[in-house]
Amino acid sequence: MLSDRLLLILIPAFNEAAAVGSVIESVRATIPGVPILVVDDCSLDGTVSAAKAAGADILSLPHHLGLGGAVQAGYKLAFELGFQYVIRVDGDGQHEALDIPRIFDALRDSGCEMVIGSRYMNGSAVYTGPLRSLGIHFFRLILRPILGKEVRDPTSGFVGVNRNALQVFSKSFPLEYPEIEALVVLQRKAFRFQEISCRFHPRKTGKSSITPLKSIYYIVHVLLGVFVNVLRLPRFR
Amino acid sequence: MDRLLNFTTGMSVLLIVLVLASVRRAHIRVEYSVSWLLASVVILVLSRSRTLLQATAAQLGIADPPVALMLLAGCVFVIIFYRFSLIISKLKDDNIALAQRVAILEYHLQSTIAPK
Repeated sequence: MLSDRLLLILIPAFNEAAAVGSVIESVRATIPGVPILVVDDCSLDGTVSAAKAAGADILSLPHHLGLGGAVQAGYKLAFELGFQYVIRVDGDGQHEALDIPRIFDALRDSGCEMVIGSRYMNGSAVYTGPLRSLGIHFFRLILRPILGKEVRDPTSGFVGVNRNALQVFSKSFPLEYPEIEALVVLQRKAFRFQEISCRFHPRKTGKSSITPLKSIYYIVHVLLGVFVNVLRLPRFR
Repeated sequence: MDRLLNFTTGMSVLLIVLVLASVRRAHIRVEYSVSWLLASVVILVLSRSRTLLQATAAQLGIADPPVALMLLAGCVFVIIFYRFSLIISKLKDDNIALAQRVAILEYHLQSTIAPK
């Protein structure tokens, strides 16, 4: 079970049996001995057995909660166990494990509450579809005046947080499509974030849950979530 | 006008019977049946009492009393739907928090009984 209380690697996973094992192995190869927690969002395939076989700890949700619910469950457990930093890595192999130490260093050195691994900095290789790219550019424009600074990759799930952010996210975390709203939640607390350039790969298996039709729902849902969170900002109360 | 009012009366009675039957079979909790029963009774009374319906229509500035009845019924049901949206949202939040707590407790339990 998780023993070291400094850094936890959190991998939310739903039906990622084909990729989660290699993701865990690449994390282990990069940072030997680091505690890895896979939050299984009630997968229907062999995600749990693959993750166990690779040596990760498992937090099994009793029913499907969606990405935000799974990530928040991991944050809650990490906070309860006393972890100082948590870095979230997707279970589909899109994130480069070799970048984890850089995110960790940035978290510790900058004092920021959140560090985002960005695919749009310093000529990073970009593997995103045209619709997602369009959405990212749109939300960059929306978030710029709200956050007071530019965020280049607001939909990135390659994110590290410190204990202050863990405490906030344990209590309040968006349930669906959480990345963008989470930034506004942090802004409410006057927390800081930083982006660093990271490599992203095409997903190893399966396909993204965001279809063209769902992307419209995504935009409306996230816009509403951002708007509601903006209304909760201290300057609007 | 009579046909529409009779139809509304029939629908109100049907709703009352359905809700009471559901409460009896414990398919709806009593506290959630109150909104439906109140709304049905209000619409039933208005559809049977011409004087009351005409007075209500006049208050609302609507010349045609059945239109006033439909408008009132629509408003009542929108309020009920809104109330149930609040309840469902709270239940969903509670459900998510419970599911997360169950998972975390199970994790702690496994940690306790796992061989060192």
